[in-house]
Amino acid sequence: MTNWPILSLMIFIPFFGAIIISLIGGDPKTVSSNSKIVALWTSLVVLILSIFSWITMPTDGEFYFLEELDLISSIGLSYRLGVDGISLVFILLSTFLVPLCILASWKSITFRVREYMILFLILETLLIGTFCALDLILFYIFFESLLIPMFLIIGIWGGPRRVYAAFKFFLYTLGGSVLFLIAIIVMANVSETFDIRILLNANIPETLQLWLWPAFFVSFAIKTPMWPFHTWLPDAHVEAPTAGSVILAGVLLKVGGYGFIRFSIPMLPYASEYYSLLVYVLSVIAIIYTSLVALMQNDMKKLIAYSSVAHMGYVTLGLFTFKQEGMDGAMTQMISHGIVSAALFLCVGVLYDRKNSRLISDYGGLVLRMPKYALVFMIFLLSSIGLPGTSGFVGEFLILISAYQINEFLALFSGVGIILGACYMLWLYKRVILGSINKKIGDISDIDIREFFIFLPLVVLVLWIGIYPESFISEYRESISNLINSLNERIVIQ
Amino acid sequence: MLSMAVFLPLIGSILSGLFPKFLGKKGVVWVPSILCVFSFIISTFLFHDAISGESYEFHIFNWIQSSSINISWSLKLDVLSGIMLFIVSLVSSIIHIYSIGYMSHDPGQARFFSYLSLFTFSMLILVSSSNFVQLFLGWEGVGLCSYLLIGFWYKKNEANNAAIKAFIVNRIGDLGLILGICAIYKTFGSLVYSEVFFRAYSFAPVDILILGQPIPVLELIGFMLFIGAMGKSAQLGLHTWLADAMEGPTPVSALIHAATMVTAGVFLVVRCSPIYEYTTYALGFITIIGALTAIFAASIAITQNDIKKIIAYSTCSQLGYMFFACGVSAYSAGIFHLMTHAFFKALLFLGAGSVIHALSEQNIKNMGGLSKHLPFTCIAMWIGCLALAGIPPFAGFFSKDIILEAAWSSHTLLGSISFYLGIVTAFLTAFYSWRIIFLVFHVSTKNNYEGVRESPMTMLVPIGLLSFGAIFSGWLGLDLVDTTKDFWVDSITVIARHGTLQYTHHVPLLIKLLPTIIAVSGIALAWIIYVKFPKLATIFSIKLRLLYVISYNKYWFDEIYEKYICDPIKSLGKFLWEKGDIQIIDKFGPDGISNFCINFASRLRKLQSGYVYHYAFSMFFGLIIFISWHFLVFLGVY
Repeated sequence: MTNWPILSLMIFIPFFGAIIISLIGGDPKTVSSNSKIVALWTSLVVLILSIFSWITMPTDGEFYFLEELDLISSIGLSYRLGVDGISLVFILLSTFLVPLCILASWKSITFRVREYMILFLILETLLIGTFCALDLILFYIFFESLLIPMFLIIGIWGGPRRVYAAFKFFLYTLGGSVLFLIAIIVMANVSETFDIRILLNANIPETLQLWLWPAFFVSFAIKTPMWPFHTWLPDAHVEAPTAGSVILAGVLLKVGGYGFIRFSIPMLPYASEYYSLLVYVLSVIAIIYTSLVALMQNDMKKLIAYSSVAHMGYVTLGLFTFKQEGMDGAMTQMISHGIVSAALFLCVGVLYDRKNSRLISDYGGLVLRMPKYALVFMIFLLSSIGLPGTSGFVGEFLILISAYQINEFLALFSGVGIILGACYMLWLYKRVILGSINKKIGDISDIDIREFFIFLPLVVLVLWIGIYPESFISEYRESISNLINSLNERIVIQ
Repeated sequence: MLSMAVFLPLIGSILSGLFPKFLGKKGVVWVPSILCVFSFIISTFLFHDAISGESYEFHIFNWIQSSSINISWSLKLDVLSGIMLFIVSLVSSIIHIYSIGYMSHDPGQARFFSYLSLFTFSMLILVSSSNFVQLFLGWEGVGLCSYLLIGFWYKKNEANNAAIKAFIVNRIGDLGLILGICAIYKTFGSLVYSEVFFRAYSFAPVDILILGQPIPVLELIGFMLFIGAMGKSAQLGLHTWLADAMEGPTPVSALIHAATMVTAGVFLVVRCSPIYEYTTYALGFITIIGALTAIFAASIAITQNDIKKIIAYSTCSQLGYMFFACGVSAYSAGIFHLMTHAFFKALLFLGAGSVIHALSEQNIKNMGGLSKHLPFTCIAMWIGCLALAGIPPFAGFFSKDIILEAAWSSHTLLGSISFYLGIVTAFLTAFYSWRIIFLVFHVSTKNNYEGVRESPMTMLVPIGLLSFGAIFSGWLGLDLVDTTKDFWVDSITVIARHGTLQYTHHVPLLIKLLPTIIAVSGIALAWIIYVKFPKLATIFSIKLRLLYVISYNKYWFDEIYEKYICDPIKSLGKFLWEKGDIQIIDKFGPDGISNFCINFASRLRKLQSGYVYHYAFSMFFGLIIFISWHFLVFLGVY
């Protein structure tokens, strides 16, 4: 079975699913229920395929499941796919979250259900494509196309200020990608190939690297998002429907981190080292600044959105330490954050579905009515504040250790985020879940069986990564160690 | 064996936390309690093995691996972890049983026992860890359970605030601890105890540069680890959470905020004795912070009126004793006091709990003459206070005595200072202890206590057990500090020139007797003020107004923190959000650019007016500029 084009299957199955949904006929009610079912099953098949590739792929840091097909040979563009440990975990994260998103939208999306499901499946296609592409142009196409379904999901099914948020999101990310396009064309010109595997070890002249790096950086920093490119995120999250927030925080933000680890660092090693101080400063600012801002939010989604920026600050910090610990930590932090922030947005979604409000002041004392919900929320909260034994700890710990080796004060300042994280999260929990019951709530039911099955796999993963992270770290350990070796060789030569 | 002792409470916690319906109303309280007692029985055997010289590490499976970080889930048994396992599981078992009675009317019983067992598990992980990261897991785990249990009555706003405060103040300490762990990794390239401690001495002369200053690396590590210890053990500066933590149910205060969790800091320092032994300033810092905390907390305790808060400040003060014992390298004396303190302080809390249970009242000013109604509790409190004040032959006498003697015989400036501070603290300790005893049990009041009865047996039996501990543990535990016997095998390191405990045999008789004399005079003063001449208390509080107000308001630590740390952080957050994000980044970023485009485009649009004479004029104007420029070039001006 390993001879099958498994990556192409994963990319195109959701696409075919989308086509099938568009062909469903009948009265509106059957259309909507059938399209939900088709979407769910399609995404589950992709999930199974991705788990299969996870199990079968060796963990020696090479690229596997390679596929190659010349598209336009005159410019060297070809359909080139392949994954290593780094990209595989992101694919897993996407294929894992999409079925949950579809389940989470089961009742909360009430109009244009068919279109919604089509967009989600297309989004999945594009996400998987982004992570498997081994051709620079192909990557760029997938990477940029991601914007379209996300823009539509926010713009059509979003909240009252959805148009502003969708445009802000679109303009921000598009602004970054224009520079990125120019940079990859220049880079491909110099090294005469679009093949990412060759570019990973390319020797691009130093002065050129210094020019190309900022162009890459702006594009990925906006996606990540790093301070000060983060202001689109709170708006986009607040206005997006729950599942939109989930996929946005869970996977789309990771595209930025993936960009750093796959493109900026290996392709432009000299410049990455040259600009690393800038990244440290921005990361630390992101951690402290956005934690402080998160503290004062009165909208739950905004609070979690700001906390995402802080958590992604750890990721960029870890990546640019160029140490095994830091990069392992950054990868683990990205997976953990993908799961935890997705789960926290789902938690907010549960409340929003019931009471149509995301304001903290509209809730209080929920534990009395929703004890199960309170427990689930608590587990994700603990992971978010990095309690040992949950997924959040492993990444943060490795990143801090790595940062300390660079500079003591770097670790000290980024460590402040650990304290502030506890502040805003516990305060949120106190105001929403604890205390005496808020009269505005009225009747509210605890999580039902569908929601239980959404949360269960997330809880399992949070604890799994917290207790035995080895099953994930071993996937990308060798890839990262190859990357670091290659960096050291090239920097010494130059 | 070892893993059973550690994991049984976890099983109990999961069972009663997640499957309360399956266990039934009785099961949710008894199953975790019985599992905890089992854990205690196994721990006793393990302790016995450990003092017979056995020590091993039990590897479960790998946890975090990256580069040379190689952390596994593993448990370690040596004398230090053995004695801690014994103390923790014993006190936990007793508290579990006590809680069966104390919490019998609470609807959240299952949750309570689940948290309690989870706490026991975390604490056992903490003390039996074989590396710093697993220690940190236990460390944060007990912090979490403390948070959950302080906020157990989640409808009370004060309880929730106290819970958050406890967690966050602890987190500040945790930052120190985790930076210490980072520093250990940077220095030693490992986080496993055995590898780090084995090579600690070779790093004694190594300096690192911080801001251009050379700093001995072990001193740095020592300082940072101690900041973690200060948070957890509520030492001066990071102590504010402990008194507020009394919002939780009383068994919690006894178990977590007196007997076990708060002593984790002392345990950490003792565990890291191979590092601390090669430091001077870090040890000095521990000594002085310990001594200052001892007297500072005791000076607050003498004016408080809430019975639990008095005992809480007393805990803080006794922890100070343990720390300055460690500071003068008398680690075993610190652990000795930790053990005796666990018994008598848990006893005092349970006694206080029994009073609160009977009266539903915590203010000692509203109590009095209870000795007739609660005779058993009264005797238990007497025993607890005698032990706390250090009256021979009760437990506290032995441990406090040896600490003071060690401080005296260290013959350093800080050692002597801490000795004198310790003596004054002993006086204050005796005074506030008998202030409780007299005001609660003996001075008669007009209150009508008919119907006030002793608590049920499940509460009295644990109190009885702890009374035994408070009487005999000091005498039985003398081996711990006997330098002629090799009790600790190699779990504690003391280098030769720090052998303060050995010199305690040469302490003059007066110094040996001084703590007892001081304690007795403290009791006497309490008797004079509160029993003989009851009006004196009011007179003193008026005459010494300033001192009284300072002590009563706890030196305004909370208010200062609130005003100068919490409020500025909140306003900074608001400022960054409203000014930074909205007014600056958005205004000049995306919104600014789009506005600029709109404005620019709308101005550009005005050029296209459609009138021919506009176009003709601009053509003409352009032509003039063009021609004149050519002329200038032609004439050679440019």
